[in-house]
Amino acid sequence: MNSSSAEMPAALREGCERLLVRYSHPEGALLPILQLIQREWGEVAEESILYVADLLGVAPARISGVMSFYPGLRRQSVGAHLISVCRSLPCCLMGSGEVIDYLREKLGIGVGETTEDGRFTLVEVECLGGCGAAPAMMVDGELHESLTCARIDQLLERLS
Amino acid sequence: MPECRLLLRDIDIPDIERIEAYLACGGYRAFGKALAAGEPEQVMAEVKAAGLQNRGGEWYPLAERWAPHLAEGVHYLCVDASEGEPGIYRDRKLIERHPHQIVEGIILAAYALRARVVYVYIREEMHRGRVLLERAVAEAGARGFLGGNILGSGFALDIHLHSGAGGYIPREPTALLRSLEGHRAEPRQGDGGLTLFGRPALVENVGTLAYLPHIVDRGAVWFREMGSERYPGTCVFCVSGHVRRPGLYELEIGGGTLRELIQKFAGGVRAGHELKGVIPGGISSPVLRPEELDVRLSPEEWAVPGGGDFPGAFGGGGVIVMDDTTCMVDTALNLARFYARESCGQCPACGAGTHWLQKVLERVEKGEGRREDLELLGSVSGQIAPLLEPSRTTLCSLGEEFAWSLLGLLRSFGEEFERHVVEGRCPIEKDRRIKVPETVSVRF
Repeated sequence: MNSSSAEMPAALREGCERLLVRYSHPEGALLPILQLIQREWGEVAEESILYVADLLGVAPARISGVMSFYPGLRRQSVGAHLISVCRSLPCCLMGSGEVIDYLREKLGIGVGETTEDGRFTLVEVECLGGCGAAPAMMVDGELHESLTCARIDQLLERLS
Repeated sequence: MPECRLLLRDIDIPDIERIEAYLACGGYRAFGKALAAGEPEQVMAEVKAAGLQNRGGEWYPLAERWAPHLAEGVHYLCVDASEGEPGIYRDRKLIERHPHQIVEGIILAAYALRARVVYVYIREEMHRGRVLLERAVAEAGARGFLGGNILGSGFALDIHLHSGAGGYIPREPTALLRSLEGHRAEPRQGDGGLTLFGRPALVENVGTLAYLPHIVDRGAVWFREMGSERYPGTCVFCVSGHVRRPGLYELEIGGGTLRELIQKFAGGVRAGHELKGVIPGGISSPVLRPEELDVRLSPEEWAVPGGGDFPGAFGGGGVIVMDDTTCMVDTALNLARFYARESCGQCPACGAGTHWLQKVLERVEKGEGRREDLELLGSVSGQIAPLLEPSRTTLCSLGEEFAWSLLGLLRSFGEEFERHVVEGRCPIEKDRRIKVPETVSVRF
């Protein structure tokens, strides 16, 4: 056990090891393990990359390469609540522009920014599969469709 | 032409996402029949006789992809639930509302192919779908439909769910497999057979496999009564954009025209507005003008994939309707942003080309475009998607799809691009406001 794995809590280490057995080759578990760490800590920091590299027997650079490829993986954590507004064509036609304008004003931040109190991060993303009930956005992984300003207010209040 | 519900037949049944309700509707009966017959080849033969084609947008006959595995089977069946093309949301709905139909379809395909392990590659954004599918897999396992020695047959199967980590590119089979192996999801050269962890693998779209319980239960002859000779069965169309009733509509293939789908089922464009353009099959299919919609909804009539007379791409059933508040340069820019963000970047023509096109389109939309920009859009598109196959500049079709879509917009709405340049501004009164349709069909 090196210093990086010593910092990984036992429960998280066990979670990683449980994922390993689902794949006949350990590297198959790489994405699920990184996702597990991110769910737990909100980010995959350098120490976690070293731990996973050690666990899977691969170079840390290989993991950094994977991290930089997938938009769902983060090296730095975001606000307590991540609001991802779909900007793809069907949502754009149905008014994602107003959704973004409204959230920017309400939260007082721009796209890609986090509120000063660290509670909300606002990002624009591509298709969430909510095209039939557009405009749509995702809050902390949960999809919300048929958005209106009133509905956005309700959703944010629920988070307060 | 009424709706012809097959995959959507039971979606209004309460609790259909639970195994008790699914069993009460005849669920897992097809799998029981297949196991009782005891011959995986029979399932293969039935699927072949039914003429089932891929519904992920490619429309190849499943039997064709399965044929090389007749003798040996495959080790891995990888189920593609990475749906992410703007305008297409059928698989997400099917997974969330009717997960057992999917699980039974997967089990039947795995049985036919003698697969030992299934990975369902589900996009990260389908978080709810993953939870419901995971529960369905656990329920099926508890009833003995999964695991070792299934119902005493000697057939063993495990289904694992594997979440993607964002990105559109894993919809390419080689990229999906690379991603499953824990690498960057970069497509590979597609000759040779597909492998996962060094063993033979097969990738199939999740919504396509949902047809298997119906085909195995009721037979190929029954299935062929729907649809056309070459494209039997139904297609679930996803209508979005400026219509009164967006949503899912399941129609017999060839049972109506694109105009009927938009007018009759989706209610036409919202009140007070005129129809301007329709993207017929997800953003990868080039736009059509209002006068071009009287084409039958059967792939064989379309140039792509069926080689038909109608010069369009049928795509994956995602019909995006645009009214007169839509700026077509803005639409092109929206698509450019999507493809520039989603390109994996390994082929320069696509990686750099999509970004160049985005920059040029930004300029034109802002009214800062130069006359030569319109030619530039055409020539860069032509370099991403050369007409002659041998001079192909990309490993996968992602960049080409954008090039074709952009060329389609230039062809159909060229005068609007010109006006942006000549007038030095966007001439369309765009509407950024939130729009609320009358109803949404298939709301769950």
